[in-house]
Amino acid sequence: MTLPPAQDFPALAAIARELRIDVLTMLEKAASGHPGGSLGMADVYTLLWFGGYLHVDPANPQWPDRDRFVLSNGHICPILYTILAKKGYFPREDLWTLRKLGSKLQGHPDFHFTRGVDVCTGSLGNGVSVALGIALGARLQGKSFRVYAGSSDGECQEGQLWEMATAAAHHKADNLTLMIDWNGIQIDGYNRDVMDVRDLVAKFTAFGWHAEEVNGQDMKAVDAALRRALAVKGQPQVLCCRTVLGTPISFMMNKPHWHGVAPNAEELKKALAELGAS
Amino acid sequence: MTTTTVPQPLQKVATRESYGKALAALGAERPDIVVLDADLSGSTKTNGFAKAFPQRFLNIGVAEANMMGIASGLASTGLTVFASSFAMFAAGKAYEQVRQEIALPVANVKICATHAGLTVGEDGASHQVLEDIALMRVLPNMRVIVPSDGLETEQVIRTAAATAGPFYVRLSRLSTPLFLPADYRFALGRAARLREGNDVTIIGAGVTAWYCTQAADALAAEGIKARVLNCSSIKPLDCDAVLAAARETRGIVTVEEHQRACGLGSAVAECVTESHPCRVVRLGMQDRFGESGPGDKLLEHFGLTTPAIAKAARELVRS
Repeated sequence: MTLPPAQDFPALAAIARELRIDVLTMLEKAASGHPGGSLGMADVYTLLWFGGYLHVDPANPQWPDRDRFVLSNGHICPILYTILAKKGYFPREDLWTLRKLGSKLQGHPDFHFTRGVDVCTGSLGNGVSVALGIALGARLQGKSFRVYAGSSDGECQEGQLWEMATAAAHHKADNLTLMIDWNGIQIDGYNRDVMDVRDLVAKFTAFGWHAEEVNGQDMKAVDAALRRALAVKGQPQVLCCRTVLGTPISFMMNKPHWHGVAPNAEELKKALAELGAS
Repeated sequence: MTTTTVPQPLQKVATRESYGKALAALGAERPDIVVLDADLSGSTKTNGFAKAFPQRFLNIGVAEANMMGIASGLASTGLTVFASSFAMFAAGKAYEQVRQEIALPVANVKICATHAGLTVGEDGASHQVLEDIALMRVLPNMRVIVPSDGLETEQVIRTAAATAGPFYVRLSRLSTPLFLPADYRFALGRAARLREGNDVTIIGAGVTAWYCTQAADALAAEGIKARVLNCSSIKPLDCDAVLAAARETRGIVTVEEHQRACGLGSAVAECVTESHPCRVVRLGMQDRFGESGPGDKLLEHFGLTTPAIAKAARELVRS
């Protein structure tokens, strides 16, 4: 396991801003999709993809020894698609075709359509199990690549996620790192009103994981937590990322409405202005 | 396939036993094979493989949904994955995972589901899945195979291992006759003629196939010549063989330990209605659940054995 060199945080912040601009722009063009989590997790995933953690080769998406990224809460794929475009898996112009008939960019991730996507996801609970299977497959074949999986507090209401959590700890899948978007919001409202997921760190710890709570809007904190996670032996790791849905758009932040509603033209204009773009 | 006279009594073996045997043999030849089970390895018979290749056997515990996802993930790294549980749980409990994680991504996963149908027997209705063929055959990319005896099962398992992509193999708990001729060869998408005849066609798969041959033999004594097709490959279906039966005989009787809706009989009916409609009498469960009892007695009770099959065929010929 090679850890990335010291981070250039201002450069990463600039990338995160670009990604957010593209997320909002593509969603306005699609007129449907999920901005809230895409914006909230932009900092975490910028660090993962552009901070030297995820070892992939956009020129060779099927490189067998690449690290895998499984976005189990597949509905926040706008952030994944903007990352893949920025990485060079496909032209940035493709982003503007999101969710349209004939597009490479499906409403939820599907590798049949999109270069750089490893696993078909979208139905909550499923992707995390596939991620564990990939991690176990790597170990069985003596390969050193890692699996990073994205999940969410809402997904932690699915029973299958806890089946996976039990099995990952039992089989000591220390090449699996889970990153949970813990923004406290799901489609129908706040977790605490819909279905309280309680203390995710305590729950994962009880299941036998290395679990940490981290401020998902603080790249330095996430970087430090990832470095600790990657040093863990014999246990899967989870970063429970406290994020604010919609960050940093003032009228979106922490508003359940923006979990799954695309901005209209006027809202996009306001949002881009807040990001200093036009 | 020519008719072969087989001396009685026939040896009996459960198809799950033959699955376990084939899997353990394949394990030695194919280092890429990994086997998953959900805490039923003694019953599904994956325990032979587990003992021989412990590093390539993963017990996922009582968590079938998770097992299907893990199977998909393992397969995506280049492994050939066999995943076993009781058919009720493999096809029923984990249905959505099979759809999203195996059928949709065309994962190289072979779901070998044992204890299917009525012949689970004493465990009763909660364990007697009678809907799994329906659930699995409607999934794009999924092949659905119901081997009819131990010999065929071993060939099906080898075919599945050698053929990329998803399979659903439906296996039985009950020991049933080894009745297929020694030169029998399973082929994906092919139905084998077990009896020749042009009066009526009887189509079976799995435990019912042997009863179909017995019914044909009983009818022969009455002067009715029944063709018997072993239709273990339900998807892909041998539509050529089914259409030949529709053209050359008076009609078709199908027999399955499954709901009459959406199983083998429905697949046959779908095939003939598009190009050569004929009468198709579907024997199966009449939109109801099963109950506890010995497997063979249950088949008899619900009208899926020799006398009921012969009666249905006789009536069809005389209609």
